Amino acid sequence: MTAYVVLGGVVLAGILLVVVALLARWMLAPNAPIPATLRTYESGVDPVGTGWAQVHVRYLAYAFLYVIFAVDAVFLFPWAYVLRDAHLGVASLVEMGIFVGVLVVGLAHTARRGLLHWT
Amino acid sequence: MGAAMSVWEVVLRSVAVLAAFLVLPLLVGFMEHKVMAHMQARLGPMYAGGFHGWAQLIADAAKFVQKDDLLPTAADKGVFRLAPSLALIPYLVALAVVPLSPSIVGADAPASAVVVLAATAVGVLGGLMAGWASANKYSLLGGLRSAAQLIAYELPMVLAVASVALAAGTLSLTGIATEWRPWWLLWQLPAAFVFLAGGCAEIQRPPFDMPLADSEIVFGPYTEYSGLRFALFLLAEYAGIVLMSLLMSVMFLGAWHGPWSGPLGWLWTILKAVPIAFLFLWFRNSWPRLREDQLQRFAWLVLVPLALVQLLITAVGVVMMR
Repeated sequence: MTAYVVLGGVVLAGILLVVVALLARWMLAPNAPIPATLRTYESGVDPVGTGWAQVHVRYLAYAFLYVIFAVDAVFLFPWAYVLRDAHLGVASLVEMGIFVGVLVVGLAHTARRGLLHWT
Repeated sequence: MGAAMSVWEVVLRSVAVLAAFLVLPLLVGFMEHKVMAHMQARLGPMYAGGFHGWAQLIADAAKFVQKDDLLPTAADKGVFRLAPSLALIPYLVALAVVPLSPSIVGADAPASAVVVLAATAVGVLGGLMAGWASANKYSLLGGLRSAAQLIAYELPMVLAVASVALAAGTLSLTGIATEWRPWWLLWQLPAAFVFLAGGCAEIQRPPFDMPLADSEIVFGPYTEYSGLRFALFLLAEYAGIVLMSLLMSVMFLGAWHGPWSGPLGWLWTILKAVPIAFLFLWFRNSWPRLREDQLQRFAWLVLVPLALVQLLITAVGVVMMR
């Protein structure tokens, strides 16, 4: 448990680092904004429209794939503790094989349907 | 680590981790200056500090602090300000649980492998927030690419870590390195490859730098950043190289195992991490950038299946040797 207390201390040290860095900047950096420097940067020409841009929906497929496999990963870590157990070892291996196998079928289906290819 | 730990010990450990976090990325940055220069048949920085420009990055930091930190009018100010810290601090937390030897470790967490994965997953948010809050088209495109890339490559990384955790029967990095045996180099080779590729993508280094892609979207999520806030993002990148190299050393290369590992264990861990850091720099100089869909296909159709096969090999191996 004490290790996590140290982790808390490390987080505080990180916050301290950022605060000190910003204090240093506040004391050392000039602050002379003019409209031209505050305008959105678009390679030197006047920005067109707003910061909103349309992005292809194809990113959604990756999000779905991730959600499915992330759940799988959650179950993998506790498995590390029971795999050596005399009663659970082989049984959990078979069960995990079936569970991951189903996910792999889903991944293969995604690939076969061409969701991972952009044209 | 005793059951009762004084406040001073917590402070001392936190400061030690912070010091390592500030020094090691500088060393990797210096290494990059020199390695990159010599691979491109030039000298690199030679003046700052005298000896081969060793103080160039310190000079850079002094320069960054004195630059006007612009806050674009269109930006979502609060999120824009918060993003660099959120990209940086998770790497500090992750570094805290990486052991250099059985006794030299910032925080010997019982589930340190999971802590590392969780912390780096939070770091992803920094880039996404920067991309979103900048209200800039380049940034938004970069932020989305960054998010898509990091979730795609986090998965094979998690599976690779799960594989060594299974092999060692523990989720503690110290425990994994203690259980390590030389023949794991072969047994866990696919996992090591997956982790190296996934780690390179996680810190968005070439060839996986599609989110930053300076030749097409300026600098992706960091386009609108200048001065110190930009420097914090850069520091996070180099801290990422340090973290991934040390993790490779601890999980796949046996960390402190080697001659005189008693007193010199920490040196072995670092010596094994240096070639990995060199590999990250070498990749940058040798390989072109992967296109976004190539990058995703590589993660889902090469790394994920490979990691799953490795998981099967590991699990069957563990059950058979039990």
